[in-house]
Amino acid sequence: MQASLSLSVSNPAAIPRSSHGFESSIPFPSKPVNLRFCGLRREALGFSSASTYPLSTSRSSRSVARSNKVSASLGSANGSSSAPKSFDYDLIIIGAGVGGHGAALHAVEKGLKTAIVEGDVVGGTCVNRGCVPSKALLAVSGRMRELQNEHHLKALGLQVSAAGYDRQGVADHANNLAMKIRGNLTNSMKALGVDILTGFGAVLGPQKVKVGKDTVVTAKDIIIATGSVPFVPKGIEVDGKTVITSDHALKLEFVPDWIAIVGSGYIGLEFSDVYTALGSEVTFVEALDQLMPGFDPEIGKLAQRVLINPRKIDYHTGVFATKITPAKDGKPVTIELIDAKTKEPKETLEVDAALIATGRAPFTNGLGLENINVATQRGFIPVDERMRVIDSNGDLVPHLFCIGDANGKMMLAHAASAQGISVVEQLTGRDHVLNHLSIPAACFTHPEISMVGLTEPQAREKAELEGFEVAVAKTSFKANTKALAENEGEGLAKLIYRPDNGEILGVHIFGLHAADLIHEASNAIALGTRIQDLKLAVHAHPTLSEVLDELFKSAKVSL
Amino acid sequence: MASASSSLLTKMPTPSNTTISFSASLSPALPLFPSQFYLRRHRRTGNALRVQSKIREIFMPALSSTMTEGKIVSWIKSEGDLLSKGESVVVVESDKADMDVETFYDGILAAIVVPEGESAPVGAPIGLLAETEDEIAEAKAKAASAGGSAPAPAAATPAVSPSPPVPAPAASAPPPPLPADGPRKTVATPFAKKLAKQHKVDISKVVGTGPFGRVTPGDIEAAAGIVPTKPKVAAPAVAAQPAPIAAAAPPKAASAPSTPALPGSTVVPFTTMQAAVSKNMLESLSVPSFRVGYPIATDALDALYEKVKPKGVTMTALLAKAAAMALAQHPVVNASCKDGRSFTYNDNINIAVAVAINGGLITPVLQDADKLDLYLLSQKWKELVEKARAKQLQPNEYNSGTFTLSNLGMFGVDRFDAILPPGQGAIMAVGASKPTVVADKDGFFSVKNKMLVNVTADHRIVYGADLAAFLKTFSKIIENPESLTM
Repeated sequence: MQASLSLSVSNPAAIPRSSHGFESSIPFPSKPVNLRFCGLRREALGFSSASTYPLSTSRSSRSVARSNKVSASLGSANGSSSAPKSFDYDLIIIGAGVGGHGAALHAVEKGLKTAIVEGDVVGGTCVNRGCVPSKALLAVSGRMRELQNEHHLKALGLQVSAAGYDRQGVADHANNLAMKIRGNLTNSMKALGVDILTGFGAVLGPQKVKVGKDTVVTAKDIIIATGSVPFVPKGIEVDGKTVITSDHALKLEFVPDWIAIVGSGYIGLEFSDVYTALGSEVTFVEALDQLMPGFDPEIGKLAQRVLINPRKIDYHTGVFATKITPAKDGKPVTIELIDAKTKEPKETLEVDAALIATGRAPFTNGLGLENINVATQRGFIPVDERMRVIDSNGDLVPHLFCIGDANGKMMLAHAASAQGISVVEQLTGRDHVLNHLSIPAACFTHPEISMVGLTEPQAREKAELEGFEVAVAKTSFKANTKALAENEGEGLAKLIYRPDNGEILGVHIFGLHAADLIHEASNAIALGTRIQDLKLAVHAHPTLSEVLDELFKSAKVSL
Repeated sequence: MASASSSLLTKMPTPSNTTISFSASLSPALPLFPSQFYLRRHRRTGNALRVQSKIREIFMPALSSTMTEGKIVSWIKSEGDLLSKGESVVVVESDKADMDVETFYDGILAAIVVPEGESAPVGAPIGLLAETEDEIAEAKAKAASAGGSAPAPAAATPAVSPSPPVPAPAASAPPPPLPADGPRKTVATPFAKKLAKQHKVDISKVVGTGPFGRVTPGDIEAAAGIVPTKPKVAAPAVAAQPAPIAAAAPPKAASAPSTPALPGSTVVPFTTMQAAVSKNMLESLSVPSFRVGYPIATDALDALYEKVKPKGVTMTALLAKAAAMALAQHPVVNASCKDGRSFTYNDNINIAVAVAINGGLITPVLQDADKLDLYLLSQKWKELVEKARAKQLQPNEYNSGTFTLSNLGMFGVDRFDAILPPGQGAIMAVGASKPTVVADKDGFFSVKNKMLVNVTADHRIVYGADLAAFLKTFSKIIENPESLTM
């Protein structure tokens, strides 16, 4: 995640919704346009680890081109690499994940004739194999946790006899949710007149995209939004049954007695929450010296106290899993560990299953990047701060953009969508640079973790470089009436800010509904609102949002 | 556990109050954030009571209301260091946070009892404070003899502690920190390791019974002598839950006076259900009960049973129905004595039937057994048993009985005697039906199936003649069972 926060200079302007100065080239649907976003933006992130987030369209080998509409352009465009004179579309988006969807909707709103190319299923990773189904599992695990916590229930005066669950029922819930959201997504695009071209998309040349085997479509501008797939390090044999990635785990085909989770980022943490609630014991394998790298250290430590130590979880830190063999011939899954620093063999674990949650890798193979002289960097497509693709000479490729996991800037579903909207803004005559420091992230454990902006060490480093002062304010959920009413007083909110001017550098929350609470802070960062102004804002009482109210009020700004 | 390696002090959740003071007082469980005043008061009594020489014990403080155990993150001071009042001495990690703990006394840190990285229960001594240098040696000796153990001194000799027998007490050195598995191949699950640490069980000495020979949480609990969370159910021992019972094992165990436990014995506390049985059995001692037995020929009943069995009728339903019909004619046997001064006649005839379930005993109730027909009754019984297995019986489905039936016949028991459940007037114990040679009035011998029925009743309301009459009616019904199907 640190790597993805590189864009610090930015125009914090909000994304304008009004479309002035641009003529629609296709008839606009008469429905109110803003409504269609619902359902999607919320599905943001979820689920993924420090380096990577879901958002992909995994391209299956299926390559059916069945778009009659565009076949006319085939003959004329074939074989020629010169830019066509007239275009089938204003904008073509390769990949119908959350990023592509967000871009497509905004493009239509801005009057662009838009097509979206999808080689697998609409919705990409987030909807089908990521944030969305994982939220369904986490909803179950949250309730199981509550029902199993006798101490907690007793404190509320509740009595519940033994809670149990039906694995298939839980799995169905996750699957149904993904199907439902996928349907919503598809319908929202169809209703607005976005053409969905089915087939594997590749860039043929400037402003030219091949869909499937032999359909060529032209567009003024192209956005690549092909997302990512789970990253599996060398030496690990994934069989989809006992050694699995998040793709398999979300189907919840079995609940092992003991599962090792390789990687303790978002994906690993969320799955540890699910598995322990369903009765599994968990062993974390983390290459870094501490669990939950990427989180603010203080939040990480508290999270470990609440999410790891009291649960049936143990861990090995500072070790690499060099070889993982699935269970077969009556033997358990074996995991060979070596010391991350000395590379000496440490020990071999024997468990019932292993979940590989070591991050996500960009899905950019076969995209035809060689046709336009673009070289990927560890698979990621290099872009500038406006998401314009950079070729191997360091020059910008005209009319070509890349958003989402494929560019690796910030691998979060909602970041991809925001990047897509930013690109459309530029295409429609309004320069826009997205401030990635205003993009919140969340981990949906029980309780949740959320953050926006810099961690304390990052802020202190920046402060040292730029010569300003950093201060930290904290509030506890223990002091919040609503949290106490829910008997969920465990939690901390932390504000990192500049006392000289009241600028928010980062906010980190661990506690009940943290993922929902973060937006007050992320909006403030996006809009450039200062703490001294936020202090005067009013929060309804009693609500959890008062945690942030307290937080802002406890900051000492010397103005 | 491993988080301790970091000496970073997280000061939370109340940013203002991060330092806690320990006292050398006797009070084993310090209140949260003790005030100075409180401590001073105790200093004097502390000295008087326990600390003859001026050696004070440093206790593990209670840093939060839910803290039961704390871990020493780091000792800021080392042995031999001079301490002055108010100085931070040790950093303790609770279930919530790391906190500096400061001393209220001047003195010398004579001995560290619980080293860094290890845990101790709240109130356990973690270090010793000497007032003068002369006392250091004494303090050290004291520390050595105390070992690393908790307040209950389990000293150097592997004493068999009175409660959970811990195999091989790992004296002052508990098992090494988690991930450090040596070459020996003991695989233990994460929770098993946690439990082992908590109960100071040496994992390497536990034989794993899990898959691939791994040590499971259950193995550790067994080694530590704790009731497993999911009791493995032994053979069904029949009797009835909130009350009746074949004079079987549980009450015996309950009433056994505190004889010293034999070495190698295991103490297993009652489950809730077992505790309820125990209580009910004791209550029965206050009721003057008596017993009347009656042999009943069952050939006709057996024949009927064969006929209706395919329709889903169970023997339990047949017996319950027969008892209910008999009770309808003898309401006093269906009555109860609540206060020792009156009869309480019950309008409904609710037959409770004792069932053994998962190491416990419960009495699902067939309500209005006299009014329901045999088939409905059988259906009802099946539902009740399923609910009982799933622990979903509603209270009125197991405590509304007016008469109880306990049948051990299926085990071949020929006769037994049941204990009267509180609130009921009588309980019937049914033995097995066995071929018996009988002579009729003309002197002809024949072989008939006979079962012995034994009813225990409360003599305050049910007298011998009442019971005899009831049994006679009951035997008539059993011997001419056609009426059961009507």
